[in-house]
Amino acid sequence: MEYYQSEIIFNQEIAPDIFLMEVTRNKEEIEPGQFFMLKTWRDELTLMRPISVYNVLPKQVQFMYRVAGKGTELLSNAKPGDAIQLLGPLGTGFPYKEVHGEIALLGGGIGIPPLFETAKKLKALNNKLTVYLGFKKELFAIDDFAGVADHLFIASEEGEEGYRGFITDLLRPEKFDAVFTCGPEVMMEKVWRMCKEKQVPVWLSMERRMACGIGACLGCNCDTIHGTVRACKEGPVFSGDVLVF
Amino acid sequence: MKNKLETIINGVKFKNPIIAASGCYGFGREYNELYDISLLGGISSKGLTLEPRQGNKGIRIWETASGMMNSVGLQNPGVHRFIEEELPWMRKHDTVIIANLGGSLIEDYIEGINLLNKTEVNMIELNISCPNVKTGGMALGIKADIAFEAVKLCKQASKKPLMVKLSPNAENIIEMAQACEAAGADSLSLVNTFNAMAVDVRNKKAVFNNTYAGLSGAAIKPIALRMVHQVCKNVKIPVVGLGGIYTLEDILSFIMVGATAVQVGTANFNEPNILPTLIQQLEQYCEEEKLNHISDIQGII
Repeated sequence: MEYYQSEIIFNQEIAPDIFLMEVTRNKEEIEPGQFFMLKTWRDELTLMRPISVYNVLPKQVQFMYRVAGKGTELLSNAKPGDAIQLLGPLGTGFPYKEVHGEIALLGGGIGIPPLFETAKKLKALNNKLTVYLGFKKELFAIDDFAGVADHLFIASEEGEEGYRGFITDLLRPEKFDAVFTCGPEVMMEKVWRMCKEKQVPVWLSMERRMACGIGACLGCNCDTIHGTVRACKEGPVFSGDVLVF
Repeated sequence: MKNKLETIINGVKFKNPIIAASGCYGFGREYNELYDISLLGGISSKGLTLEPRQGNKGIRIWETASGMMNSVGLQNPGVHRFIEEELPWMRKHDTVIIANLGGSLIEDYIEGINLLNKTEVNMIELNISCPNVKTGGMALGIKADIAFEAVKLCKQASKKPLMVKLSPNAENIIEMAQACEAAGADSLSLVNTFNAMAVDVRNKKAVFNNTYAGLSGAAIKPIALRMVHQVCKNVKIPVVGLGGIYTLEDILSFIMVGATAVQVGTANFNEPNILPTLIQQLEQYCEEEKLNHISDIQGII
């Protein structure tokens, strides 16, 4: 973990309220599913914002985020060349080295971004990847995933493309050696139940409000069979065997 | 240059008057990955209770205008595990260790103190004011006569210097401070968080499961400063000021109104390297102002 100032290379709206931002980075090792605390402000807001890593490049890192409040709105206003503070990489990501064979990645909405770096890493280890992406309406990140997935399924609740409905309708967990998922909690709970039923190992990336992001404040509680743990340290990715819904 | 900041409270030597506030800093492990925590004057531990606690369910953090609310609910490993697992690690660092102790029952406070007496903690900070635990703590922090009885018993039990952390929710902050002093408190720290509330309008319910939560950050600083000023004018024991301290100016303000030292909490979230920065700025201020010691400006207002 490092805390440093970096520079924004680009920060573009790729779908309504969805932004892709690329920033310079230090040489830290970033694992898929990890996140950074980000801020472009000093006094306007008290807290930095936890944003998951979308794509790791040799000298840059990309974040994909949805404008959902004041923090992400300020982030979205940043221009190329602007300074940005990075604290990270943080948390425990997807255990991509522990799984082998046919792997499913299932993302919903703004839960999709952490799955891209994960997909890259899994593919580099010669796994077979099936990617399920669920959207409310407008699609994003499809081309990037198409470049790494062996099979790509798309669902949209209100949109014109792909299957009309919930992405979980398309999942057949029994076909896979492991499932990684990130998205709205109701969606992940569904995936968790489907995988449990078929006894397929599943890992889930949890979203929480955070203050420190590094494990000190205990603000990002997640319930597990081991009691209350921190989404920012023990998570955000948890094995389905330990999470409690 | 360093000795211009060296500060003694109840016989305990702090290398500077800047202390990490309880609840915002864990036991120092995480921030030690960013900088050497031995730089600090001291660390007040995450609020401990005799038995481990899982803390509150639901949302625990909510940002507000110029601040934040929290409802962590004293999640902590308990005094025993603190002594076995956290304290030996903390003790390896050259900084003052303050064990922040909370609870619901006076018996638990006493038993916690008895356990801490046998350890290498430098001080005990008695939290009589956590707003996030439904029973006990709150009335203790609000009523001066109840606080008097509790602090008296804790002081009798304690072999460590006893700092009492006051709640701004006290009925009368001056009477509360005087009651704690009369009961034998060796020093005071104030203020803890303000009891506050947020509503999730979209879902038509309170944000926090406990309805109320503790407000901290820059928003509370002017009120905290007023309370520290009032208390400093009315007690003789040392006062440690806290509440929304972000900048060098904030620190100087608290010292000028009478605080011997300060604690910094929420600002760590805004700026993870804030404590080393503030210590350096305070050293520089002493040089520029040609002070013999930081206490030259203490209580000048």
